Amino acid sequence: MIEPKPLVTAPAEEAVVGTSLWKDAWSRLRRNHLAIFGMVVVSIVIAASIIGPPIIRGLTGYTYDSIPADSALIKSFPPFTAPDGSFSWAHPMGTDIAGRDILARVLLGGRISLMVGVISTLVSLIIGITFGATAGYLGGKVDEVMMRIVDVLYAIPYMMVVIVLLAFFGGQSPLGQLFLLFAALGAVSWLTMARIVRGQVISLKNQEFILAARATGVSTTKIIARHLVPNTLGPVIVYATLTIPSVMLLEAFLSFLGLGVQAPLASWGSLAADGIQNIAIFPWQLLCPGITMAITLFSLNFMGDGLRDALDPQMRKS
Amino acid sequence: MLRFVVRRLLVTVPMVLVVVSLTWGLIRLAPGNFYTGEKPIPPAIEKNLREKYGLDKPWYVQYGKMISNTLHGDFGSSLKYQGQPVNSILKNALPVSATLGLLAYLLALFVGILSGTLAALRQNSRLDYSSMAAAMLGISVPNFVLGPALVLLFSLTWYVLPPALWGGPSHLILPVLTLSGLYMAYIARLARSGMLEVLRSNYIRTARAKGLPERQVLMHHALRGGLLPVVSFSGPALAFLLTGTVVVERIFALPGLGNYFINANLNRDEPLIIGIVAFISIVILIFNLLVDIAYGFIDPRVRY
Repeated sequence: MIEPKPLVTAPAEEAVVGTSLWKDAWSRLRRNHLAIFGMVVVSIVIAASIIGPPIIRGLTGYTYDSIPADSALIKSFPPFTAPDGSFSWAHPMGTDIAGRDILARVLLGGRISLMVGVISTLVSLIIGITFGATAGYLGGKVDEVMMRIVDVLYAIPYMMVVIVLLAFFGGQSPLGQLFLLFAALGAVSWLTMARIVRGQVISLKNQEFILAARATGVSTTKIIARHLVPNTLGPVIVYATLTIPSVMLLEAFLSFLGLGVQAPLASWGSLAADGIQNIAIFPWQLLCPGITMAITLFSLNFMGDGLRDALDPQMRKS
Repeated sequence: MLRFVVRRLLVTVPMVLVVVSLTWGLIRLAPGNFYTGEKPIPPAIEKNLREKYGLDKPWYVQYGKMISNTLHGDFGSSLKYQGQPVNSILKNALPVSATLGLLAYLLALFVGILSGTLAALRQNSRLDYSSMAAAMLGISVPNFVLGPALVLLFSLTWYVLPPALWGGPSHLILPVLTLSGLYMAYIARLARSGMLEVLRSNYIRTARAKGLPERQVLMHHALRGGLLPVVSFSGPALAFLLTGTVVVERIFALPGLGNYFINANLNRDEPLIIGIVAFISIVILIFNLLVDIAYGFIDPRVRY
């Protein structure tokens, strides 16, 4: 018996190597040296603030709140200086007014500042995406009312409300204060995110590629997962990366004013506030946390700009 | 146009009331009172205090009084600064904050627009890269680091400028520089991207094609469109400036609204908090309105 020859030979399983959105973005990002530099510095700062404190404790025995037991009158020494004035590796950022190691405190401050930045941004993401997607998807009257609310909220001096909130409800416990900060900063930074997501959803839901996907029989869930979400995610990730430094800056303002993170915890803002008291005699107490914070924000901003150029070529400012 | 302005002014009143109510609600929901301190107060004195400040009345009566005060523009007396009406504190503090904010904003506009436009005209040149790097630095260095660093240089090392307090014009230089750094950076970036976009547009090509000198193309056609993002940034910028002044007034110990606001919060001085919040809300809303009107003059496509 002769096997009937198939009329059309099935093409060999040849994987078509398409460039996905993310692959494309990565190749663009890799060419942006400043953005890569920013990512490297941010990674170093994150790694240092996580593994730094235990390493310092292991090497020298200092923690962020260990106060030396001697009775010396002046306890604040410049970076790399031992109490007798000679060179020493013991305190690379010097010591503060109580003799505590500033490097350990700056690393703890980094933990807190980065945590506030990331968690508050996540809070703002959740509120912003839910609000924006709902408004954009439902459209019509609902959309109009929801966006009017955003307009109204834009015009109120929200930092004043946050200051009132923290001054009157804060100060119960260091941990409670942190949660209050997450909530307050997240609640005031979602407005732009909501606008971005709404705009994306509106422009996407009627576009040809969605229509094409529907016409070729792609299921609704797959359309959302493969076509809608990745396309809103680009601007969302970009804006989130740029929200983190701005939230960290707000937290630092509040901690600087004494309304944010509370002792014994420290953040870069509260360390700077402590340092400014003695700026004329012990300038390193302000400069060490201040410069660390500036470098971190600088890198985060470069990273965010680079991500924007890579993920969202339309938004790119050539 | 007139209808637009009237409508917006009418919306201002309920919006200020919303902000003031929110603030009042937060203050009243918080535990404790302005007179609760370290030492417990005898009940008789507490009763007298509550009567004097109307705290013995039901909450809606107190709320109504606060709203009526706000509508009349008279916020009563400060609880902390005994016998000083809130309005006279506002009147004394306003010139400090306004001078600071206005000078900082003008400086930021001037330097920002100049460097942003030059960077756009010489795109990818060394000037472009260095001014954008400087702008990024301006965005990243917090003003509570910039300010003390300037003090350290100019007041404590070179002894050329006063480190703090409110006095002659020389007292203004460091606070204004500190406050304007961030806005300079923002405006430079906005001006650059706006100008880059406009310089590539068709109407600029038309202007060049009909033989206009480059100077006129730039001054009459490009700047007008390219600076639109800067104009629309001016509304939110004012709100940010006010946040910035809080920190700057704190650093330089200036008797401005921001400093009073923080102290009022630490002292639980309710009338003063309400007064400052209401006043600043009005200023921000009116400024936003002015920005929208200016937009209409600059951009002929905008219709009210």
